[in-house]
Amino acid sequence: MFNKKDLEAIEADDKKWQQVFKESVSKTPERLKRFSTVSDRPVQNLYTPLDTKDLDYSKDIGFPGQYPFTRGIQPSMYRGKLWTMRMFAGLGSARDTNKRFHLLVNQGQTGLSTAFDMPTLMGYDTDSPRSRGECGRCGVAIDTLKDIEILFDGLPIDRITTSMTINPPAPVLWAMYIAMAEKRGISRSAIGGTIQNDMLKEFIAQKTFMCPPRPSMRLIIDTIEFATKEVPRWNPISISGYHIREAGSTAVQELAFTLADGIAYVEAALERGLDIDSFAPRLSFFFNSHLDFFEEIAKFRAARRMWARIMRERFKAKDQRSMWLRFHTQTAGCSLTAQQPYNNIVRTALEAMAAVLGGTQSLHTNALDEVLALPTEQAASTALRTQQIIAEESGVANTIDPLGGSFLVERLTKDMEEEAFEYIGKIDGMGGMVAAIEKNYPQKEIADSAYRYQKQMEGGEKTVVGVNKYITEEELPVETLEIQAELQEKQIQWTNQVKNRRDNKRVKAALEKLGEAAQRDDNLMYYIIDAVREYATLQEICDVFRGVLGVYRDPGVY
Amino acid sequence: MDRKRKIRVLVAKPGLDGHDRGARIIARAYADAGFEVVYSGVHQTPEEIVQAAIQEDVDMIGLSSLAGAHMYLFPRVAELLKQNGVDDIVICGGGIIRDEDIPKLKKAGIKEIFTPGSTLDDIVKWVKENVNPRGVSS
Repeated sequence: MFNKKDLEAIEADDKKWQQVFKESVSKTPERLKRFSTVSDRPVQNLYTPLDTKDLDYSKDIGFPGQYPFTRGIQPSMYRGKLWTMRMFAGLGSARDTNKRFHLLVNQGQTGLSTAFDMPTLMGYDTDSPRSRGECGRCGVAIDTLKDIEILFDGLPIDRITTSMTINPPAPVLWAMYIAMAEKRGISRSAIGGTIQNDMLKEFIAQKTFMCPPRPSMRLIIDTIEFATKEVPRWNPISISGYHIREAGSTAVQELAFTLADGIAYVEAALERGLDIDSFAPRLSFFFNSHLDFFEEIAKFRAARRMWARIMRERFKAKDQRSMWLRFHTQTAGCSLTAQQPYNNIVRTALEAMAAVLGGTQSLHTNALDEVLALPTEQAASTALRTQQIIAEESGVANTIDPLGGSFLVERLTKDMEEEAFEYIGKIDGMGGMVAAIEKNYPQKEIADSAYRYQKQMEGGEKTVVGVNKYITEEELPVETLEIQAELQEKQIQWTNQVKNRRDNKRVKAALEKLGEAAQRDDNLMYYIIDAVREYATLQEICDVFRGVLGVYRDPGVY
Repeated sequence: MDRKRKIRVLVAKPGLDGHDRGARIIARAYADAGFEVVYSGVHQTPEEIVQAAIQEDVDMIGLSSLAGAHMYLFPRVAELLKQNGVDDIVICGGGIIRDEDIPKLKKAGIKEIFTPGSTLDDIVKWVKENVNPRGVSS
């Protein structure tokens, strides 16, 4: 970005300055033996134009809304419209969560995001022996369409979009949402939202699984195909790095494995016979925002540039929208501490700021108490206010990609891109992400990074305030939310009532048709919608999947 | 020749919770400490865990839970061990566990609970002090 003559002059000055720096630290030694990011990436004392001399402004950075979209996918970014403030919420029963949704919408939240309890996430009903003790504990319990009807009761789903964090049973929850909307007179083409529906990262990191990787891919491609044809405003997948990072990966691993997952989905959809530009614009992404401020901002920028290049060069996409990496961000749950929990407000604010400077399309900010339990109303509200302060008080949203051109950030962006492409090359060499997962490759890479970080933290090489430094004995108490154990019995009784009122013959017929279709190559979404309309339970439908498509067991890599 | 057997540990994830970062790190720390480690993987029922513990002839079960179902799952493992006539396998647990739950879990037969902030060194030390390889001591 500088001409040769300028660079030569800067190089000479830089040499002189490095000498000055050396003398200075010989008197006052550097604070640390080694300066590195949370991901253990070494950091230089200073970045100058010399560190960006391999970058071409037009080709590598460019303008917002223009290929390769390093500076943002839209020309106006937050000058036009702020990111969607989408707080992840779900607790207890559908009725409890509906109340929380109304509260958040009344406080200015602009999108809904649903957290489900463990049985729902795994495709079991509340009355399953496997669900004992779990009902409503880390999200809302859903057994049938009736619960979804209650969950969204009175919410303007024709105007605001809904995200559902659901994976193996994603087609079922989505079918319930579609059926619920249609019962309210809102057509499927009018609803907007996202299902997470990213099974590859489940095998890699989050460990919520049902069927093995290959049949899981088939279900996902069914949803992508169905969205393309029937629900054009829906994102049928949110390709997620969040959980990869939470499981202990580095920033580059998060970036690389997420995009490699994306490549695997694109390849599978192409194999189904879909045209790249028919479905690619609806692929969405989800990243973590951790504490290392500049590394995170660089990660988001690198992700955008990489995906644009992958889509144009590797998959020959023509539509610009296919090249857009649109992403949701959640601040890093794993960076929060149970000790001195009020400090978490500050951590979350920094992470949220990084996500905004990285150009996110939507954001969840964790509540200070989420490290202990589901958030209280007060804590969730402070977390939402954090975003509003960043958006409307701090001024960071007033100019586009304010850190573009920073020698440090551009260097990091480029380095992370290169390292992530190296990983992707390795995964391609193994036969793609599905094959790599079957070899436990990403799982092992993440386990290594997680263990290394834990050792560095416990050795004091990485500081965590309140945990390994600045420890206090007396701590301010935090009020936490408690989910009542009685909820489980109530939910079981309620679902039994729903089952008593439905036409069991019709349920059975719908499930049989679904099973037959699963054995063929039919798109299962149509059959699932028919089954949920008859109030077939989540588990009844997932048992069909487990029966026909098989069950995956954790290989237990550590 | 030292015939003393190594401590054998089952690190287990009961219930539907998939948060296994802690469990995997603990498993590795135990292996580094010289213990023989069996890791169950996620999504184990209490029945499966107890069966594995007996089959693998372990001295300790380490349970990990981060999704709030520990009050049912941990005591259930202890109860099933008892029902199987086993009284010499130590159970400890860790994860996101509220302070007020800890005395109740200890009463139910969980010998120790490790919450966020417990270091790997502390946990390994506790195991060495509280778990004897079976058939060797006394």
